[in-house]
Order: sequence, then C-alpha cells, then structure tokens
Amino acid sequence: MQATPNPAFRPLTDIGRWERLWNAVRRFRTVSTLGSVALVAWILLFVIAIAAPILSPYPPNEADYSAVRQGPSVTHLLGTDNLGRDILSRIIHGARITLLVSVTSVFLGDAIGFVWGVISGFLGRRFDLFSQRVIDILMSFPSLILALMLLVVLGAGIETVIVAIASTQIPAATRITRSVVLSVREAMYVEAARSIGVNNLRLMVRHVAPQVAAPILVVATLHLGGAIFAESALSFLGLGIPPPAPSWGNMLGGVTAAAFKPPWWLVVFPGLAITLTIMAANLFGDALRDFLDPKLRQRID
Amino acid sequence: MRQYILQRLLIAIPTVFGVTVLIFLAMRVIPGDPLQTIYTESTGAYILSEEELAEVRASLGLDKPLWQQYLSWMGQVFRGEMGYSFWTKDPISQMILRRGPISAQIAIFAVVLSWLFGVPIGLLSAWFRNSWADQVSRAGITIFLAVPSFWLGLLIILFTVLVLTWRPPLTIIQFWEDPGANFAIVALPSITLGLGLGAATARMARSAALEALFDDYVRTARAKGLGNSLIIWRHVFKNAMLPVITSTGLALGGLLGGTVSVEKAFAVPGLGSLMVQGMQERDWMMIQNLVLVYGLIYVFVNLLVDLSYGLLDPRIRYS
Repeated sequence: MQATPNPAFRPLTDIGRWERLWNAVRRFRTVSTLGSVALVAWILLFVIAIAAPILSPYPPNEADYSAVRQGPSVTHLLGTDNLGRDILSRIIHGARITLLVSVTSVFLGDAIGFVWGVISGFLGRRFDLFSQRVIDILMSFPSLILALMLLVVLGAGIETVIVAIASTQIPAATRITRSVVLSVREAMYVEAARSIGVNNLRLMVRHVAPQVAAPILVVATLHLGGAIFAESALSFLGLGIPPPAPSWGNMLGGVTAAAFKPPWWLVVFPGLAITLTIMAANLFGDALRDFLDPKLRQRID
Repeated sequence: MRQYILQRLLIAIPTVFGVTVLIFLAMRVIPGDPLQTIYTESTGAYILSEEELAEVRASLGLDKPLWQQYLSWMGQVFRGEMGYSFWTKDPISQMILRRGPISAQIAIFAVVLSWLFGVPIGLLSAWFRNSWADQVSRAGITIFLAVPSFWLGLLIILFTVLVLTWRPPLTIIQFWEDPGANFAIVALPSITLGLGLGAATARMARSAALEALFDDYVRTARAKGLGNSLIIWRHVFKNAMLPVITSTGLALGGLLGGTVSVEKAFAVPGLGSLMVQGMQERDWMMIQNLVLVYGLIYVFVNLLVDLSYGLLDPRIRYS
C-alpha cells in the first residue's frame, strides 16, 4: 500500500518562493513579538505615506492665516503652525520624505559598501590596503559632519540629502562585508570551486557574496534608524530638505526660528513621529539580527 | 607600551593627511569655483562683476594652482592661522578659541554623565536580569536610543520655559569668567546628549556584564566563597569595561555630530552653531577650517580610545 505523503513533509522543491517567505514571516512572528510589532508599524508607515493625499485632512503646504498657531482642536487635530498649516497633514506627508530618504539612502550606501567590501575582501593585496585607508579617512569624520560638508558642496535638496546620508553609511557597510568575506574566502567550497577553474568574478558573485547577504540585510535595517535621524537632524539644522517641504526635521527647525517660547504642539508631535519611526526601525533591526543569525550580534555590535 | 603608542601615532598620520586632502578637494574641485557659490547664489548679498571677482580671487590666493593652494592652507594651519571669516572679517582661529571651550565642555560632560548613568544601570540590569527593574531599564534604553538628541533638547527647553519659566543665558560665558553662569549654559545640553549616549553605554554594559557573569572565572570566584560586591567589582565590572569603552569610542562621532544639532536646539553659541552658520552663509574658509577642526578632534579622540585599550588590556598592546 502506498502511504499518503504527510503534507507537512513536502520536499523543499515543492514549496514556492512566496510560501517560503510567508513561512519565514510566521516563524519571525512567533520568535519576536516586539520585532513583529515594529514591522507592522513600518508597514503602516508605508501605507500612510502612499495614501497621504487621502488620509491628510488638509494640503500640507496650505497656509491659513485665520488659523495661525492654534492648539490641537477638532478641526486641526494636532494644531497648526506659524502659517496656519495643519500639523497632522504635514506629519502624514512628511512620512513620504522620511521613507523615501531613509530607504533609498540606506539601499544606495549599503549596496555600494557591499560591493566594495566583497571586492576589497576577496581580492585583498594592494586594492584592499588602499580601500582600507580610504575607509579610514571617511570614518575620520563624524557622520553628521561629513553629511553636512557634502550638502554644502552638492547643495540642499532631496537627492543630495540621499547621497550625503548614503555616503556616511558606506564605510561601516564595507567594513562589515569585508570582515565576513575574509572568513568566507578561505572556506573549503570556495577552494573547491577555484580548483575546478571558476574565475574570480564568478567566485565573488556566486560563492562569496551570498554569504554576506544576511549580515548586510541586518546592517541595512539597523542603518535605517540612523538615516532617519540624519535626515531629520540635517533638515533641523536648515541644511537638508529645503522648506516648505513637510519633512519632520524641517517642522522642528522652524520652531526654534519662529518663536522664543515655542507652542508645545509644534515641538511634541513631529518629534514623536521621528522617535517612533526610529524606534520601530531599531527594534525590527535587532529582532531581524537575532532571527537570521544570533552570532551576528558580536560582529555588528 | 611605548611601541604601541608609536605604532598608533604612525597610523594616524596618513589618516590626518587624507582628511585634509579630502576636505580640500571637496571644497574646491566639486563645486567648481568656490566664489561662484558665494556670489551667484540668488539669496547672496551681491553679485560681483568679472574684474571684481578676479580681484577677490587673487586676494584669496585662488588664482594659484591647486597644490600651491593646498600647501599654503596647510602652512596656515600649522602656524595656527585659519584665515578670516568672509563676511565679518573676524579671524577664524579667534572664533574657534572663543567658542570651542563651550562645545568641548558639553561633549566631555555628556560622556561623563553617560558613564555615571549608563554603567551602573547596565551592571544592575545584568545582575538583576529579568526582574522588573531590568525590564524598566531596558525599556528606557530602547526609548533613549531612538529619541533624537535635538528633539530631547527642544522638549527640555519647552519644559524649562513653560513650567520653570527659566531659560539658560544665550551668550558665551567661559568657565574661568563665571563658573555658575557657565554651568547654566552647559548643563542642559550635556544632559540631553548624556542621556542618549548613556543609553548606548548601558546597553553595552548590560550585555558585557551578562557575558562576564557566566564566565568561568566568576563561577570560580563564587565557588571559593567571594562576596557579591567583590565579584561585581573585581571580576564583572573590570571585564565589562573594555566593550563599554569601545561603545563609547564608537559613539563619539555621533556625539560630535550631536553637539552641532543640540547647540542649535539650545541656541548655544558653540563651535557647532558657528559651523552651521558658516554653511548657511557659504562662508567658505570658515567651513573648510571648522570641518577640519572636527575631523582632527575625532581622529585625536579615536587615538586616545585606542591608547586606552592598550593601557587596559595587555593582550591588545602585544598583539
């Protein structure tokens, strides 16, 4: 008699990519409650950002001089600023800038760091030595100050802010990638592949780089919080996203300029949005690190 | 130890050289002509005619080849001169000397505070792990790691202005002129930065102490009947310190950047607010030299952190 196959023990090839992803998500949910809450918060943020025009009660840059600096009320849930612009609407639209800048800059910076780190660690020798000195120099600037200098050079704007923040992420991403590559490079399977005549490029792409995927993913997630902080700090200093764009940092920067005795709602709400977003990014990053590989903790911390 | 110090110093020299070259190139090569960025900005004060532009350029030495400009800049820096602010004509070195101490005080106090908060909280949290106190401190750490320092600063100002109806003075008062007033300026920014830094310290202290607590030497110490305080002090604390110093060292870059934004939040006339002002006004010599100052401070502080490892851990010294 032929045994009916147990549905729980299907061969791996039967399980599709999406199903595997879904299974991973389910496992993640059971392992880390806090991380899952953070993930949901980020998904929610994406939804808010996409649906901003529908969700926000007013256009974000519409000044209403009959309702200047009003406290939270039914018509303006989070109050209005010095030009009578609705704070809630500006925060909702600000989510777009925050997400766009943080996600793109982290992707750009860590992708460059990843490629650079793989090449530098794998090739070694002179290229590696040279790269390490360049990274040393980039790391000799406090990241916010490096970003500020680049912004002065490139001019303020959303693209330049992305480039500036991405540049500050490159050194760390390169260092971590390189350290993983150094330990993988000598592995037996790399040796074996080399011995059957696989060339350097293919070795790097097919055999070494995939090993760094998990660490760089975690690094990128942990960089998100830093990128959000950097964007808001740069805008707060008046050198980031040019006003009147409703960036959260801009909203806080306007407060100190506008009033010696700032209305509390202008300070509290945008800052709360920044803090909660950074916290969600940090918590998700920590949980992802523990989930993918607890051993990463030492290398990345 | 002497060899270790020499070796570290030798590594720092090419880094400092690279830092100066990077700043120099960034300021000259990428934006085209630095004067163009000052004068053609529509918000700028005025637009010069061609002859005037050439004259100003010659007076600043910008008509010379790049390597000569670089060498003359380096010569200036070595002589302790840093040129003049483009707009106010004040000597930049004077401004740095006047505003630097306040920023340095804020940064140093912040580090000291972060250790005063962070280390005990981290150690206790590890010792009483999973108790309610541990839970509370971990929640606090998570929060303060996420709160942007400049926002925390704004909240503190809001509180002092609205509730205490008091605001720190907005001028520069050096410590040697009036310690009390100086403290009033420096205290709140230091606390603001110290809380964030302290959270990072506490987190590292907790995980390092947890690791040490389960190590063999602690079990041995316990087995031979050592009291709790001796175990914590002699064995756990000492071994947890190195990662804590590392984490502080890594956080110092963030701290230096943090002073810039916190100075703006508190309207403290420090080095950071000078740099930001210079950047907004495109005061180009000022930007170049202040970024250099921050870079040099950071390299120097990292050198100190490296040396302190060598001092605390013989294994590093001899490897």
